Order: sequence, then C-alpha cells, then structure tokens
Amino acid sequence: MSGVILSIKDLKVKYGGIEAVKGISFDVREGEIVTLIGANGAGKSSTLRTIAGLVKPAGGSISFNGEDITGANPTEIVKRGVTLVPEGRRIFADLTVLENLRIGAYLRHDSLKEDIEWVYSLFPRLEERSWQAGGTLSGGEQQMLAVARALMSRPKLIMMDEPSLGLAPIVVRGIFDIIREINKRGTTILLIEQNANMALQAADSAYVLETGRITLSGSGEELLKNEAVQAAYLGT
Amino acid sequence: MQLAVSTLLSGIAAGGQYALIAIGYTLVYGILRLINFAHGDVFMVAGLVVVYMSASMPLYIALPLMIVFIVALGFVIERVAYKPLRSAPRMSVMISAIGVSFLIQNFATYYTGGLARYYPEIPFLYDSVTIAGATTRWVTIVTPFIVVALVLLLLLLINKTKIGLAMRAAAKDFETCQLMGIKINSVISFTFIIGSGLAAIGSILYFTNYPSIMPVSGTLPGLRAFVAAVFGGIGSIPGAVVGAFIIGICENIVKVNPTYSIFSDAVTFIILIIVLGVKPTGLFGEKITDKV
Repeated sequence: MSGVILSIKDLKVKYGGIEAVKGISFDVREGEIVTLIGANGAGKSSTLRTIAGLVKPAGGSISFNGEDITGANPTEIVKRGVTLVPEGRRIFADLTVLENLRIGAYLRHDSLKEDIEWVYSLFPRLEERSWQAGGTLSGGEQQMLAVARALMSRPKLIMMDEPSLGLAPIVVRGIFDIIREINKRGTTILLIEQNANMALQAADSAYVLETGRITLSGSGEELLKNEAVQAAYLGT
Repeated sequence: MQLAVSTLLSGIAAGGQYALIAIGYTLVYGILRLINFAHGDVFMVAGLVVVYMSASMPLYIALPLMIVFIVALGFVIERVAYKPLRSAPRMSVMISAIGVSFLIQNFATYYTGGLARYYPEIPFLYDSVTIAGATTRWVTIVTPFIVVALVLLLLLLINKTKIGLAMRAAAKDFETCQLMGIKINSVISFTFIIGSGLAAIGSILYFTNYPSIMPVSGTLPGLRAFVAAVFGGIGSIPGAVVGAFIIGICENIVKVNPTYSIFSDAVTFIILIIVLGVKPTGLFGEKITDKV
C-alpha cells in the first residue's frame, strides 16, 4: 500500500464567528482518488480552500509529503505540487485557451511544449479552440480547461471542487473519465462533489461531511452500499 | 494655416503628455479598481525632483535618477497606503489615496516654501524649431513619437510576457491567480512601478513647456489625464491614450481664442459628459463587471 501524501488533523476553519469546519481529520494516500461528499454548507469547499492556502485555518494541521504546510501561502502550496480546480471553473474568460494553460504553469520555468501536447491529447476540443478566448467555451469545455490548466503545474495532488456542477450528465461522465485517466497516470485526486453517485463510483476512499464534521468514512464502494448515504445523497 | 499647424502640434503634444499619466490611472484601476488620486502628485514630484537635482548635478544624471526615484515612490505609496487596505472596502482605499495626495502636496509646499520653482531648460527638448511657419519647441515634435514608442513597448509587455499575462489575469480574478501560484502583491507593485515610470517620463515632456512648477502643478494635468482615462474607457490602455490625445487637442483648439481659453477645462468636461451619456463605459471600455 502506498504512503499517505496528504494528512489533515483536527482542521478547523472559521469565517468571522462562524465555524465552517469543526475539527476534521482524514488522510489521502498517494495514487488514490479520495472524495468528500456532503450537502451545501457542509464545509467541503472550505476544507479545500484551506488546504490550497486561500483561507488560514483556525486550528489543526495540514501536512503534505510529510511536511507541515499549515497556513502556507497559495504560491508555496502550488510549488509543493498541490493545486485546486476551483468551484465554478473560474477560467480566465479574456485569455485564450492557450494563455489559460500557460498561466497554469506560471511557476514553472522549463519548456511547456510536452505538457501542452499532453493536455491537448487528453482534451482534443481544447486544441481546436486554442486561440479562442476562454469565455467563449461551453460549460463542459470550460471545466476541461480548468482541469487542463491545473495539470500544467505538474501537480502531485489535484483537488477538484464540484467539477460536475451545472454540467449535462453526458458531459459529467466525460469529466469523470478524465479524472480516472489523470489518476491512472499517477496524480492523486481529492474530489468534492454533490453528485455523490459519480464521485463514490470513482473513489478509492470517501468521507461524508455534515455541518463541518466527518460523519462516515469508508471505501467508495462501502459508502455506495451504506443505507444512510443512499437515503441522504443517492436518492434511492 | 500657421495657426492650425501650431494648434494641432501643441494639442498632440499635450495629449501625449496626458497619455503617459493616464496610463498610470488606467493600469491601477484595471487591477485594483482604485482611482489613484495621488498619481497626479507623483507626477508633480517628478518635476520638483528634477528642479532640485539639477542644481547639484548635470541633467543627464538627474533625469534618469529622477525616474528611478519616482518609480520607488510609486512602489512605496502602494505598499504603505494601499496594500494594508487590500481587504478593506474600496471606499477606504480611495480615501487613503486622497490622503496620500494631500500629504505629497503638503510636503512639496514645505520644501518649496509654496513658491514657484524654475524648471530647468533641458537641451534639445527646450530648443525652438519652425515647422510650416509655426514655431514651437522640439519637445512638441518628439512627444508623440516617444509616447507611441512607449505605448507599443507597454502593449508588448502586457500581451507577450509572463508578467503581462499575470497582470491581465489579475485584472479579472485575484483568487484564481493565487491558485496559479501568482503572487498578487508583486503584480500590483509592478503595475505601480510602470505607472509611475511613465508619469516620470511624461513630467519631463510636460514641464519643459512650462517655466515653473508649484506644489499644485500635478493637479490639473492629473485631473485631465484621469478624465482621458475615463473618456477612453478606464482599464483600457489604448482607450487612455486615444482619450488623452482627444482631450489634448480639444483643449488647444478652445485655447485658440484668448477670450475663451479660460474655459478649456470646462469644455473638456462637457465633452466627457456627452461621451459618457452616449457610451457609459467610455470609448474602449468593456462592460463594467465587478470582481467576484
């Protein structure tokens, strides 16, 4: 079994006086797809944003590859190989597709040629639209671009915040195929989703987050069969 | 004919000088959504620094040194007066900018004793030349060329380099830039450095046309440049440049008749109001969207 790459211990996140994450602990092992599922406001996004360095934690610790990264700034986090595909894609609408990819590799100083060829082979649609402004892409294509942009920094761990949000089911399936493909090539993935069904099918391990606390954990398969999860998140 | 040529020449020159200031307003607005009210005063300081430095050293040393000093001043103003307010409401930053503007003017009054100081005559720029019967200074002739060259360089920087890419991205979305590993504060500092540097160069061209400089000498050109930036569509570099040339030319046309020359600024504002009435975002402005 491979080692733990990301370890979260007793993480607390507060906005003003409100505690959005109330002391959660979980591990992500190298090479796995790990998912956090939960309803709106459960603290999923806050957890990812804190790991990415956008929000300073109110307590607890985060370590990556055995090193403490609690409270490090986003630049430091990206340098270490952790990247976040933000909720709502947040591609740069005025920049071309190619510029969006280049900015994903902002901290790198080596040649990007191979990486660009690689992400274009993963997403041929992006290559066709290389010179178009990002804002002219469809929602699904924008999500592809957001994932491709994140890949450009050559991350060891990619975190994705609701990649299926607002996309047609067929497009969602495509996105999840890509997530598996990226994972097969050795990138660890931490995924948060409201689309619990798709996420649990893809996940090696999974956690259920409810109002800032982890209430259930197990393999993706176990949670798919769990009655409480089925009732609350799978609608069966 | 002679009058038309000289009016047009001085209009274009004034426009070019405003353009170099206007770019600083528009760049900073583009990235911070802040009207940097201190910008015109930084421009004035650039003039004063030349006055004082030229007293103790030759101009070919004083001028480059002044540009370095003004760039540093722009950088320091941002770090001290704006950066601590990064997450404060926009209005607070604006008030901070007004405060910096007053502070600089007060300092300038303190140093000059409130008296007008003679701006040194810069060789070549100050010399006279006659074109199509109209006599003017060389600075009037070279200004548009210098401005066009600097603007082209700036556009190259913004569209072809990595820091330019970061500037364009930061103008839209700070947070996502941070997720790319971009240090937002460095990008903002860089923006202020470019804006101040261009204003410093602009001040050399501008003050060469005027015999003296006072602590309030930055206010009017600063205001006109700001109007030019809004006119062209604030946030847009080509907009600021085109706006500045239009304002410079209009101003000089109004000034042709000595009776009405006193109204030149009022006319400028009337034009602004008309343009904004027809096109609220300015000539080249994008639809204004607030940053998320």
